[in-house]
Amino acid sequence: MIGFVNTLGQATLRAFTALGHATYFSVDLMRYTPASFRRFGLVIAQIYAIGYRSLTIILASGFAVGCVLALQMYYALVPFGAAESLGLVVNLSLVRELGPVVTALLFAGRAGTALTAEIGLMKAGEQLSAMELMAVDPRSRVLAPRFLAGIVSMPILAILYSAIGILGAWLIAVELIGVDPANFWSIMQSKVDITRDVGNGIVKSAVFGVICTGIALYQGYETQATPEGVAYATTRTVVFSSLAVLAMDFILTAMMFSTS
Amino acid sequence: MSGVKGKESESDMAKKSTETLVGVFVLLGIIALAFLALKAANLASFSAAKTYTVRARFDNIGGLKKNAPVRSAGVSVGQVTSITLDKNTYQGLVIMKINENVQFPVDSSAKILTAGLLGDQYIGIEPGSDDKNLANGDLIKQTQSAVVLENLIGQLIFNKAADAGSSSTPAPGASLAPAPAASAAASGSKK
Repeated sequence: MIGFVNTLGQATLRAFTALGHATYFSVDLMRYTPASFRRFGLVIAQIYAIGYRSLTIILASGFAVGCVLALQMYYALVPFGAAESLGLVVNLSLVRELGPVVTALLFAGRAGTALTAEIGLMKAGEQLSAMELMAVDPRSRVLAPRFLAGIVSMPILAILYSAIGILGAWLIAVELIGVDPANFWSIMQSKVDITRDVGNGIVKSAVFGVICTGIALYQGYETQATPEGVAYATTRTVVFSSLAVLAMDFILTAMMFSTS
Repeated sequence: MSGVKGKESESDMAKKSTETLVGVFVLLGIIALAFLALKAANLASFSAAKTYTVRARFDNIGGLKKNAPVRSAGVSVGQVTSITLDKNTYQGLVIMKINENVQFPVDSSAKILTAGLLGDQYIGIEPGSDDKNLANGDLIKQTQSAVVLENLIGQLIFNKAADAGSSSTPAPGASLAPAPAASAAASGSKK
């Protein structure tokens, strides 16, 4: 009984310590991030590593999802004589939900893990300690540019994902199935709102950028400085980022689209 | 010495190409955003084309919504900008903007119509024959309300009841008529 109470107390304390750590870490990250505007070269190098090099997987995935959505929705819409709404259905699903969410999940797998492993290995190789010895704060020199790069890259990737998805849907619907192209575009244009749908999608992806990059950096920075520690941290990055993105997506969707 | 210099310029080159690729990345994002906004969303409908506003009062606007299209002969010529209740007449006051290159005579009439059987409602404008055209802020006087299905059904029942009443007894709302028809007839006669 005493043992159980002891374990419970330990677990509670650990949970709150971790929460406190994460809070301090996020506050620090926010505080140091504006300074990285003055070292924009570092940010650009990170946008290249995080954003540009994720292009292949994002574009391939977006195109495939757009094509598949168009094929499946066609069979669902044809019995109602609404095949022309195909573009609208694909557009709304991509711009509102799939674009931001799937991009964030892929981003966590492609860029988040790389960030965690990189910073974890820096810590394991005591490069971060060496920086501190030289009076260079690793949080402002290493973490902040990566954080800013993640926040900038994610919305761009999500927009590209949606755009290439719509192009894929157009290819399948208009070129392959033979849906009327004029209706395909005009129904889309009349029903998709630039601020409510496209704008909220961009806001969503920016929030996901903060979440994914923040979690990846935290896991890398707080990792145990051993090979196993880095491996665990990398795994946790993907799991936590994905869960956080899915939970946050539900909250954001409820806030953004409930009234319309 | 020259070796060091060469190495420096090489890393400079690498930095340049990184910057260029990031530029390509951002440019792709901007192009995609423009595509989403112009081709796949309604930004094009916010075009800078000049418009003038016209008001109209309807007894019943039905399911008309803000941003609903304004059409004439089926061609989209404008958009509904606001719908409010006129506090004096208890009518729906609809304000719409119409493209300036489309002019309608002052005696034009506005109807609330439905696209297809279950589609969205829109305003249809039928041009009149007056020489003067509607100006900014003018009121369209002749309007026809939206068709509300419940009223149509009520009317149908009322007509049936009237038919049944005239064939059996001349007095409307007679006790011989079936109960729902009688109540419909009673409410109809109150009007």
